[in-house]
Amino acid sequence: MRTVQVSHITDAVKEMCIQVNYELSPDMCRVFEEAKRTERSPLGRRILEQLSQNLEIAASDRIPICQDTGMAVVFLEIGQEVHFEGGCLEDAVNEGIRKGYKEGYLRKSVVDDPILRKNTGDNTPGVIHCRLVPGDQVKITVAPKGFGSENMSRVFMLKPADGLEGVKNAVIKAVEDAGPNACPPMVVGVGIGGTFEKCALMAKHALTRPAGEHSRISWVKELEEELLFCINGTGIGPGGLGGTTTALAVNVETYPTHIAGLPVAVNICCHVNRHISVTL
Amino acid sequence: MEKEIRVPLSREDALSLKAGDYVCLTGTIYTARDAAHKRMQEALERGEPLPFDIRGSVIYYMGPSPAREGRPIGSAGPTTASRMDKYTPALLDLGLAGMIGKGRRSPAVREAVMRNQAVYFAAVGGAGALLSKAVTSAEVIAYEDLGTEAVRKLTVENLPVIVCMDAAGTDLYETAAEEYRRR
Repeated sequence: MRTVQVSHITDAVKEMCIQVNYELSPDMCRVFEEAKRTERSPLGRRILEQLSQNLEIAASDRIPICQDTGMAVVFLEIGQEVHFEGGCLEDAVNEGIRKGYKEGYLRKSVVDDPILRKNTGDNTPGVIHCRLVPGDQVKITVAPKGFGSENMSRVFMLKPADGLEGVKNAVIKAVEDAGPNACPPMVVGVGIGGTFEKCALMAKHALTRPAGEHSRISWVKELEEELLFCINGTGIGPGGLGGTTTALAVNVETYPTHIAGLPVAVNICCHVNRHISVTL
Repeated sequence: MEKEIRVPLSREDALSLKAGDYVCLTGTIYTARDAAHKRMQEALERGEPLPFDIRGSVIYYMGPSPAREGRPIGSAGPTTASRMDKYTPALLDLGLAGMIGKGRRSPAVREAVMRNQAVYFAAVGGAGALLSKAVTSAEVIAYEDLGTEAVRKLTVENLPVIVCMDAAGTDLYETAAEEYRRR
């Protein structure tokens, strides 16, 4: 058994909330640079150039990349030999979010009730997903999610007979419906299989995989490449104002499913695809 | 081919702008997003005045992140405009001359834009740090309890935007994507 103080979780979450809202991860910066080289629309290139400048200003002036600093999504992979001490784990994560959003001058975008809608004032609670894994470590991933793109995300409960073609059509439909609203160039997370909620969770988790890194399953890798090609042929372009860069990456996760079903979830993220991980 | 335009927006300037124009806005604009629009509509229903003179005004659909000490504003990019579609035609009919946001608008908004010869500008979504540089002052003038969603009066200098829907109703989102669609 290894003992971990929950205060360490709070500190880590706080730092990650701040860092991830000021600087994009190296994988995102790489796909950005690539897009600037390949974009065919002059206005599209101009917008990509503005987005690059935006990243520089955010990092140098310590101002969030986007004013929508998101609802904090936190993935915890907890080694089953870990014993937590010092309080409730979920409270500790939320305390990290609270401190991070306050000390980092991040926007408080969370309301306490979906209908009554009073702002909680500290961006809590986050959305926390825990998974038990072998070992004695704790891996924390923080992925704040903006809602311009979240609102354009979809779940499709396809039939087995719809097959791979049905999956491709669903993803492309979601992207075309999202269009300019989702702040393209987007990163597209896709979950295929499992159940209704499992595919949605996979689509969200897929966004935390480094952009440009493909699935190790060969048909999934091919699907990712084909979808990226098709999405970049929609013409939506940077800012939705036309061009050949509509998505920077398509990341797909899969899971076994039921004989009667083919669930597909499409979680769309804007170009500010924020994800950061640490292992304690 | 950048145009420099003063805001509030004159009728003459509104009519001179065409979808696709790259424009730098200088002057005074107001922020309002979901919750502020709801309150403004409620004020109108009660026969009360709006928190600012709407005639000729430009509304920026934006809720900033908090400002650091000594700075006027935090990150300040556009939010999705379609969430305001329900409230927009009434404001346009009262004299609202322009809107800054991102994303598609409803047919009802487009009709109201044409009816009132208004303009819908797109700012680049997700460029909030860059756009904040154009804001020289910010003051909450209404609904302070809404936090980031309060109505703010902003002074802007060369705020970079693109004309997305002009007074004739031409919609850049419809035409631009077609040009680059692979066939």
